[in-house]
Amino acid sequence: MNLANFPFAPPAASNFASEMDTLFYSIFGLSVFFAVVTFFFVVFYAFRYRAGSSADRSSPVYENMKMEVIWIVVPTILAIIFFGWGAKVYADVRIPPKDAKEIYVVGKQWMWHIQHPNGVRENNTLHVPIDTDIKLTMISQDVIHAFYIPAFRVQFMVVPGRYTQMWFRPTQIGTYHLFCNMYCGAQHSEMGGSVIVMSKKDYAEWLANNGSMRQNLTPAQAGEKLFTKIGCANCHGPVDMPPRAPSLAGLYGKTREMTNGQKLLADETYIREAILRPSEAVLKGYDNTMPAYDKQISEDDIMSLIAFIKAGAMPSLPASNLAAGSAGTEAQVKGKAGLNANALEYNAERADATPTERGSSHAVGAMAAEKVDQKR
Amino acid sequence: MSTTVTTPIGNVEPAPKPRTNYLTNGHTLRSWLLTEDHKRIAILYLISVSFFFMLGGSFAGMIRWELTSPAGNILESDAYNRVFTAHGAIMVFLFLLVAVPAVLGNFCLPLMIGAKDLAFPRINLLSWYLYTAAGTLVLISVISGGVDAGWTFYTPYSSLYSNSNVSLCLVGVFIGGFSSITTGVNFIATVHRMRAPGMTWFRMPLFVWAHYATGIIMMLGTPVVAITLLCVIFERTFQLPIFSPELGGDPVLFQHMFWFYSHPAVYIMVLPSFGVISEVITAFSRKRVFGYHFIAFSSLAIAFLGFLVWGHHMFVSSQSMYQGVAFSLITFLLAVPSAIKVFNWTATMWKGNIHLNSPMIYAIGFMGLFLIGGLTGLFLACMGTDVHLTATYFIVAHFHYVMVGGTVMGFLAGLHFWWPKMTGKLFNDNVARWNAIVVFLGFNLTFFPQFILGWLGMPRRYHYYYFAPEYQPFNIMSTLGATVLGVGFIVPVFYLITSLFKGKPAGDNPWGAHGLEWQTTSPPPTENFYYDPIVTDDVYDYDPVAEHEQFLEKQRQLGAHA
Repeated sequence: MNLANFPFAPPAASNFASEMDTLFYSIFGLSVFFAVVTFFFVVFYAFRYRAGSSADRSSPVYENMKMEVIWIVVPTILAIIFFGWGAKVYADVRIPPKDAKEIYVVGKQWMWHIQHPNGVRENNTLHVPIDTDIKLTMISQDVIHAFYIPAFRVQFMVVPGRYTQMWFRPTQIGTYHLFCNMYCGAQHSEMGGSVIVMSKKDYAEWLANNGSMRQNLTPAQAGEKLFTKIGCANCHGPVDMPPRAPSLAGLYGKTREMTNGQKLLADETYIREAILRPSEAVLKGYDNTMPAYDKQISEDDIMSLIAFIKAGAMPSLPASNLAAGSAGTEAQVKGKAGLNANALEYNAERADATPTERGSSHAVGAMAAEKVDQKR
Repeated sequence: MSTTVTTPIGNVEPAPKPRTNYLTNGHTLRSWLLTEDHKRIAILYLISVSFFFMLGGSFAGMIRWELTSPAGNILESDAYNRVFTAHGAIMVFLFLLVAVPAVLGNFCLPLMIGAKDLAFPRINLLSWYLYTAAGTLVLISVISGGVDAGWTFYTPYSSLYSNSNVSLCLVGVFIGGFSSITTGVNFIATVHRMRAPGMTWFRMPLFVWAHYATGIIMMLGTPVVAITLLCVIFERTFQLPIFSPELGGDPVLFQHMFWFYSHPAVYIMVLPSFGVISEVITAFSRKRVFGYHFIAFSSLAIAFLGFLVWGHHMFVSSQSMYQGVAFSLITFLLAVPSAIKVFNWTATMWKGNIHLNSPMIYAIGFMGLFLIGGLTGLFLACMGTDVHLTATYFIVAHFHYVMVGGTVMGFLAGLHFWWPKMTGKLFNDNVARWNAIVVFLGFNLTFFPQFILGWLGMPRRYHYYYFAPEYQPFNIMSTLGATVLGVGFIVPVFYLITSLFKGKPAGDNPWGAHGLEWQTTSPPPTENFYYDPIVTDDVYDYDPVAEHEQFLEKQRQLGAHA
């Protein structure tokens, strides 16, 4: 067991950590001092004045106003000092800066839903940029939860029926525990995840990417991103380009003839095979040029790609890859616009719907309900 | 100060040899179950609270065993939630709130002020029946499927979301509340009306002061929690809009009402123990208690201020920041009367003639645990650090040190101290001394690592922590400690029960202690005293030098047994 598995203090990753730790260790020092001194006297007296010892017991004291006053006044003064200090830190924790970036949090049994200002959503993970004031506006959809980030030294209850707020400024890049710290039922201990502090640049990129979390995108949207990212869009455009690559627009459900004379129905299995092992069955009229993606991409990604291909519209080829004139440009533009319009519509629907429209029985606010329960 | 040895605080005529005492006065079950004798009722309570302590303790063992592995060892999440709820509810409502006042208070308070019984003997019996009914209902709710709302029963989880036996358990707790109220009323009336001639307010033992203050909290606080729990039951059953926003209620209102009782309730648990410790420290230091008035008034100050701090449980709820500031300040001030007590006990030992018998070792252990428990309360009274620490294992450790450490050590100290008086038998004091040390060490090994866990951020009531395996070493330490502690709780059962059959007769006053209860026979007769005592001297007028030889003689008797 190395020492990293035996920590005595949590990581300190927010603006509050250092002041909170100073306060904590000051009270700790004070406590150790009083505990040690007092218990030392208890044990020392128990030994020194044990029965039969020859200690001096003459003129014992039973009342001493001076001592009483000292040990009332000194703790009182210390108490007021530490009260004031604690209240000051608390006020800092409770009052967010005016220009803090606002992120919304919905707690529900047993998951955290988080929405960033541009609409990006994530569950059980909170991505935040470093050195930026973040304000969380939180509400619960069912019972009381508590949003707790030990490394930031902040937590606050997430209450149904009213909004609560907390804020912090992350100061260390890294991944930290996120806990629900108010008992909320069967899976209480699993209602947590991570807070990921990123550099401002990475965060901006992450946000622009619509978040890296798959559940923010429809499968078709995710497939479209992937289609471009892994290079499919370099060859498969809105129109056929023999002998380099056929268009995949409207592919799904068609029967196609292969170079070996086989006729295959383009269903899910066909598309999957064509991605993983393209050389097994090459479409008539085309060269066997496509790289095999076997063991290169996950089943999840294949599903997304299939969903995208099923949706039908293909992105245009990068200008440099356009070999055959401008045929189909109109279709490209239309297709592209159509897809984006779909995505916008999709986001708009989620953002604009009132809780009632979403069929919520807990009409507590615009952030209150999800149409579909996303149970883990 | 009086140096009289034979009748140190009261003029009591020498007692004739007892023909019957409260134990031998009737042997039938009926004579026990229909008794109006406060001493017999105390014994009934002793048996019942011991049962619930063992039951609650075995649930604690399951929790600790479960948490040695980050992924859990034996229980499913749902079962785990039911186990920790049963542990909390049984321990708080059926042991901690009851143990010292209903057992030791019931037994000693009338004896100490020279009364024949409590003011309302039948109500006293009724309180035990209410307690038994409460215990039975809670037990049924646990056996027939369990309760998963946690002992704090936070709404709206408890009122609308939990599909476990919440209502039945709450009815049990509700009925138990009446037991507490009747006990409190009985103590207050007894102290006001039943004191022996000459027993002025400032001649009362500090144990009586502590129970008087406790009675005030029981009487004023318990109705509030009773109403609160009733509201939860109504919301569960009839969907009345009280705590749940879905119905139009306020979920945080529950917390205000619950803690308005449940914070003072902590003092129902520890104030009686403070009383025990005051008695034990002064008796075994053979010295008059230091700062009698300050200890007595600090009990009242705690009872009073204890009602004004409930909001410190809610610094991170949605209560207003300014409310929080006021609660924090008063909470800090509440530390002062607690500190007064500890400092005065320590000063009592100064220039004493200290005998380290088992009650004294338990009392010293109490001071150690209470110091740690009290001082860690500062981290939570302090709003800044509370934001990080609240609802983590730091809280678990803190309240176990205060409530459990305070109550159990006080209970064991008092039980050992008055055992010879209650039973007329001496127990094996040497074994008891070593056991006191085992309990102290086991307790610290169990709960100190939990402070570190809390500081690291481990939330309470977590079944799993596979996502944070760095918490495991401290959990293993804690479980080891719990095992040691378990041994420390089981051993006394054996040597105390053995003493009933094999123990030497204790005589009236085996510890050479002062106080009216030591001037009647052991066990006392049903009427407590053969002659009505008249008090002529101050309480605790020990003479450490003059009484030394006399005490040593008593010790030889005790030692001969060991």
